[in-house]
Amino acid sequence: MNTPFGVIYGSNITPDPKTGIGAWSIEAFTRAIREGVSRDGSHLFAAFPFNAYTELQDDDVKALYAYLMTRPAVSATVPPMTVPFPLNVRFLQEGWKILCFRSGRYRPDPARDAQWNRGAYLAQAVSDCGGCHTPRNALGGEKLRDAYSGTVVDNWIAPPLTQGNPSPVPWTQEQLFRYLRTGVDPLHGAVAATMTPTVRDALDLPVVPDSDVRAIALYMSDIDYAGSRDSNVETITKEALQTSFLGSGQDYDPDADLYASACLSCHYNSGTVPLAARPELALNSALTLPEPTNFIQAVLRGIGSTDGASGLVMPAYASSLSDAELARLAAYLRRTRTTRPPWTDLERKASAARRELTVSR
Amino acid sequence: MTTFSLNGRTVSVDSPSDAPLLWVIRDELGFTGTKFGCGIGMCGACTVHVEGRATRSCITAVGAVSGAKVTTIEGLDPEGRHPLQMAWLELQVPQCGYCQSGQIMQAATLLKDYPDPSDQDINAVMAGNVCRCMTYIRIRKAIKLAASRMRGATHD
Repeated sequence: MNTPFGVIYGSNITPDPKTGIGAWSIEAFTRAIREGVSRDGSHLFAAFPFNAYTELQDDDVKALYAYLMTRPAVSATVPPMTVPFPLNVRFLQEGWKILCFRSGRYRPDPARDAQWNRGAYLAQAVSDCGGCHTPRNALGGEKLRDAYSGTVVDNWIAPPLTQGNPSPVPWTQEQLFRYLRTGVDPLHGAVAATMTPTVRDALDLPVVPDSDVRAIALYMSDIDYAGSRDSNVETITKEALQTSFLGSGQDYDPDADLYASACLSCHYNSGTVPLAARPELALNSALTLPEPTNFIQAVLRGIGSTDGASGLVMPAYASSLSDAELARLAAYLRRTRTTRPPWTDLERKASAARRELTVSR
Repeated sequence: MTTFSLNGRTVSVDSPSDAPLLWVIRDELGFTGTKFGCGIGMCGACTVHVEGRATRSCITAVGAVSGAKVTTIEGLDPEGRHPLQMAWLELQVPQCGYCQSGQIMQAATLLKDYPDPSDQDINAVMAGNVCRCMTYIRIRKAIKLAASRMRGATHD
């Protein structure tokens, strides 16, 4: 796991007694989960999200313990972390915890119904959505006052989940449910980057019931105030789709030509309703976020069969577009598909993203 | 080692995972119906289907199709009698023929999404498939002919 402080490797949590947690009692396990303290009494680094797991109900902690302890034991040691001295001194985590950590189980909000509370519990304690979507301070602690207002994770932007989310169509409960269950919603786009395993390896697993995903979707649609935002989805969608055919005509616009050569065949949508298999760029937050990061990453890296939504593959344009061409493409889409101010410094950002291509997902 | 399905059969190749799918299909696996045109994903000659959707194989890494279903022109129809292929023959669409497998693969996805495509639909989806012999007029006619047959229409 790449952290701003160095690389930390997830330790072995199979029941191997020597290299894993085979010798851990339920009490030791519970203490790790709720307090971030290891069996030997040393502090755990907050790369392990005990700040979220502290909210778990007792039965869920017991269930986790039961599940982990019945997996096959594997003898394996992970590489040491690359966090430099003195940040790697576990004793100093005591200070971090005083400043950044409050332990305690999730307390249901009595003003909300059971489904909302279930969604809030799953989002906060289990899925730890804030772990990626809440910005962090210099110590790496979550800025709780800005909960869910988005941040950069693994070179991609985890967008704000609040009212500040820039998607042209606000995320409703139904759309969130579809996205979290399948990895794609036609009025928004598909999962990418670190969100992919959250959906494909977790939320869309058959063992997770629809009701749980619906609960998370309800909670999130409340966080972004979708219900109270005055938006006519049909109008927004129709207006967005009116730009979908740009580049297919005979007007001479070199930027439109570039788009038509490289992108139009897959991203074109006809009529008034986008198809899920045709990600509609004019409805995608990659174009409306303040920074072009996600757009550049998607174009350079593509989306492979194990990334993104299953069944949707996008080629990688790193070897076919120069930084200047990528910048032109980004600027063209920003000005024709959105009404937002132009992105700045595109060529430099494309170049920086390209340098990081081998580093992470 | 990358494993995927090609024209219905499971294949495994030990090409590096960033090898372009186009070369794996042509050189490693011997399916030469898919052509190299520009190598940068801008001409469409290399178009194949990944999970049934038109994708440019010259810029798709073989690692990106791990576990996925890939179909080339050879596998579009078991007997080469897809309505598009039949329309292509009937209307004598190709001249040199080089771009045509890519054109047909792209058109197949067009018709899956838009069974009754307008001229605008055809322009937008097919615009990325370049034909140096300029058979575009016949390509359009053949797409419309195949579309009407696939819709079961009795007139076009």
